[in-house]
Amino acid sequence: MKYLSDVSTLEFDQGKCTGCGRCVEVCPHGVFVMRDKKAMIVDHDLCMECGACAMNCEFDALKVNAGVGCASAIIKSMIKGGEPSCDCSGDDHGACCQ
Amino acid sequence: MRDCCSTNTKVQTPTCCSFKPEWVLGNMETSAGEVQCVSTEWSWADRIGLIKSRISAFRMHYSVSPGLYAVGEPDEKCDVFVTANYKLSFDILRVALKGLNAWVLILDTQGINVWCAAGKGTFGAEELIRRIRECQLDKIVNHKRVIVPQLGASGVSAHRVRQESGFRVCFGPVYARDIPAYLCAGYKSSREMRTIKFSILDRLALTPMEILPAMKHYFIYALLILVIFGFQPGGLGWGKVWAGGSPFLFLGLVSIFSGVFITPLLLPFIPSRAFALKGWITGMILIFTALRLIDLPQLGHGLLVLFSYLFFPAVSSYLALQFTGSTPFTGRSGVEKELKTAVPVYITALSVSLILIIVYQLKQWGVV
Repeated sequence: MKYLSDVSTLEFDQGKCTGCGRCVEVCPHGVFVMRDKKAMIVDHDLCMECGACAMNCEFDALKVNAGVGCASAIIKSMIKGGEPSCDCSGDDHGACCQ
Repeated sequence: MRDCCSTNTKVQTPTCCSFKPEWVLGNMETSAGEVQCVSTEWSWADRIGLIKSRISAFRMHYSVSPGLYAVGEPDEKCDVFVTANYKLSFDILRVALKGLNAWVLILDTQGINVWCAAGKGTFGAEELIRRIRECQLDKIVNHKRVIVPQLGASGVSAHRVRQESGFRVCFGPVYARDIPAYLCAGYKSSREMRTIKFSILDRLALTPMEILPAMKHYFIYALLILVIFGFQPGGLGWGKVWAGGSPFLFLGLVSIFSGVFITPLLLPFIPSRAFALKGWITGMILIFTALRLIDLPQLGHGLLVLFSYLFFPAVSSYLALQFTGSTPFTGRSGVEKELKTAVPVYITALSVSLILIIVYQLKQWGVV
């Protein structure tokens, strides 16, 4: 399943890529593949901005505005301010944190 | 299966008076102190816990103590699997390790699962490094490898863990059931094992926790409807409440059912990628069908028909949009984009709906 197209903030600088393959290993949606000893993005729209690739890129080749894709969290942050976070501490919440 | 059998470890049953959960089989002496040995079976208590955590706030307090545990009879050569201290995450892992000898290192994620805790940062490099030191993992195993679930990668920076603890992070498969295949392949996940799935059964398991909060709001809505239809020119007249309000109580239930159950269940089959639109389409279809089924005279009134088509699909749309928090493929930017359009539409729909229903009541009273 794919979400909206052309919205992900994922940026990849192939010049900095050393071909370690960590991004391919950690991405749960198969956004990256290895080609000619470098990573490349095969489908930008599959990215859900979880941030796993950027977190694990030792060479700073990946950037993404990571965050939760959760309407409830984003509405809360719009009202109360601050970063949207998967706040699972209340009783009145969705199923996100199972 | 890997052979990690140990000859120099000893499992002892705990003393009779100490409390021990069913999943603790006994204690084991290690060079870094005593470690609890855990079962690889689901007990009845575990299964009941699983069901309760799926349907209620029980899961908010369903946790295990962080630290090191043993599965089978592990020795210094055995692998170390890292997980969160949400009991269900731990249960799924220990059952998947059946037949293996392994160590399980539980991080303190405040009872939250790996995926959510990684997003919050509690399942992160810092906690992993701290836990490795606290459990003296370097005394327990003679290798420098910890296996972290792949969905923890958004919180765990593998290079930072290596730099600060000396341990190399191997990201395991998304699903614990693939661990034996991952080990057989030499710590490698296939593309299939690395990819997150969201089957109809996964979606079905998530819907109870969508339905319950929605029903709380439904009672407030029901009260409002009864008050609106109870108002008569001479004050509150409860005689017409049921006849006037009941179709709207029913349509309210239909819109909730549409947004929290039908839309999530049929998610890939409903046109559009936007959740708000998916929910609205399903809502429209169900409300159209429901209005055909209800044959009450007041629903023949144009204002109420307009109200029904405006208000209820919008409710379904709003609830479907909330399901973005339960899916493993919606991103922050996409949800923000949806909300920018959807929120003003919801506010408009709600305001116009209120005006329509008030005008209808005023007409009924002969005021306008």
